[in-house]
Amino acid sequence: MSDTTIQNMLTVSASPHKRTGDTTRGIMLDVIIAMLPALVLSVVLFGPRALVVTLVSVAFCVLFEFLSRKAMKRENTVGDLSAVVTGMLLAFNLPSTMPLWMVIIGDAVAIIVVKQFFGGIGQNFVNPALVGRIVLMASFPVAISDYPAPFAWKIGAVDAVTTATPLAQFTGIYGAENIKNAINATDLPTLANMFFGVRGGCLGETCAAALLLGFLYLLIRRVISPTIPFVYIGTVAVIMLIAGKGNLMFVGYQLLAGGLLLGAIFMATDYTTSPVSFKGKIIYAVGCGVITSLIRIFGSLPEGVSFSIILMNILVPHIEHLTTPKPFGTVKQKKQKGEAK
Amino acid sequence: MAEKKSLGQEFSKGLIKENPVLRLVLGTCPTLATTTSLESAIGMGLSAAIVLVCSNIVISALRKVIPQKVRIPCYIVVIAGFVTVVQMLVKAFLPALDQQLGVYLPLIVVNCIILGRAEAFAGKNGVAASALDGLGMGVGFTAALVLMGGVRELLGAGSLLGFQILPESVPPMTIFVLAPGGFFVFGILMACANKLAERKGKPKATLGCAGCPMAETCTVADKAACAGEKEEKDA
Repeated sequence: MSDTTIQNMLTVSASPHKRTGDTTRGIMLDVIIAMLPALVLSVVLFGPRALVVTLVSVAFCVLFEFLSRKAMKRENTVGDLSAVVTGMLLAFNLPSTMPLWMVIIGDAVAIIVVKQFFGGIGQNFVNPALVGRIVLMASFPVAISDYPAPFAWKIGAVDAVTTATPLAQFTGIYGAENIKNAINATDLPTLANMFFGVRGGCLGETCAAALLLGFLYLLIRRVISPTIPFVYIGTVAVIMLIAGKGNLMFVGYQLLAGGLLLGAIFMATDYTTSPVSFKGKIIYAVGCGVITSLIRIFGSLPEGVSFSIILMNILVPHIEHLTTPKPFGTVKQKKQKGEAK
Repeated sequence: MAEKKSLGQEFSKGLIKENPVLRLVLGTCPTLATTTSLESAIGMGLSAAIVLVCSNIVISALRKVIPQKVRIPCYIVVIAGFVTVVQMLVKAFLPALDQQLGVYLPLIVVNCIILGRAEAFAGKNGVAASALDGLGMGVGFTAALVLMGGVRELLGAGSLLGFQILPESVPPMTIFVLAPGGFFVFGILMACANKLAERKGKPKATLGCAGCPMAETCTVADKAACAGEKEEKDA
């Protein structure tokens, strides 16, 4: 079918129609604005190097987007700002000490392989930034787990002072007899420090306060619906409440640590890779929460947010298929006997 | 069956146009599993090619003797015989390669490229044509494996055939020697092969039924429908 016939089919003429001002560019701009507080805080915590990583990542994502559209002789989509969002998200998922050439490889994987090979914006089947991170994680496990201590840059010893992330410190706590004693015995940052991001971690994930500010902005602007983040974080909270034998400190650390907030707010809610229906969103978010918790408690890796979101991204078409809403007034078709599935 | 081809074409079709791995997507399991290094990729490719040529010749020579109903077991017996020969030779003279390939060497018996060629080609064509078909497919298979093995070893371990190519200071991208990296390289090579085949052959080359291992049991009434459908989609 040619473009004009589709256009004719979709165009409803006569009577004046009201149009919303929503554009891809506008939505992406809102997401970028929502990420700015976390970016500012990351520069405060991890120094100018965090800004450098983010800028390089954004620049190369846009460049790769431009080049691959050009090479594939497709209409250029740099202007919709989606590559900027991918670049920022990928940088947020990396430690500020990441060598820049590795960041660029991650950008190439995210934009060229995951996004443009599948047709560009709206066609990718998983979140590009997350695959970029996972490829880097599988390729350079040492570089990506080299987390600088917050404020280490101020004393000019960026490379020397690395720190374990709270989740890495948690490994001994999961199976402990007495959770409370185990938490007290471990040298964890205080919960207040966790909330304001004074802890080791990827550059954009640490400051819960800034991420929540961004979340609020996205909710007010109605860019995302609250279903996925709330159900995702709620599922993790419930499972951790059971795993922590009712210890609220344990739950608090689990919610603030790792990339849970960043993932739940900015990455699990990606339009292309999350379900449309309300029921579907709940299944998707519960799945994310369960897998994240299982990897954290039983897996060999300290954190499972990126893997859980990717896995659920892949299941989204099936979730959509199972939760197709029934059109109003129709009767559910009975399954014919012996009908092929 | 497609139009009659010259002997040269029987050989050359296996290189790109009907490349068993990249165009027919057969034998993907050994392809992904043995291309973690260039050495094992070459070993696997050559072993499979030798078995393919020999079994194609024998099956083609016996095609009038083998009863239709039991042809698959007969093919498997012939193939298994040659695999055993190759396996013993590799074990005797290249024990290191045998260690690397492990279970994938005996598994050549059930390699669907070899069985596919026996079923789709050698069982219906003369000895010379079958030998060349086997040789072309074998070379195509080896070439695909060498390409994949080379890319994966170079990026994933920084070396080629065990020699360090990239400077030690550059940490290699371990993901390329893991399964996901294998799929990345596989997909990208397939895209390149499609592009090449498209450019070389007729506009929007279609595979046709000749290369299809399902041709015998295919239920599509109109044999031209396969090709026609694809062209329509492409248009």
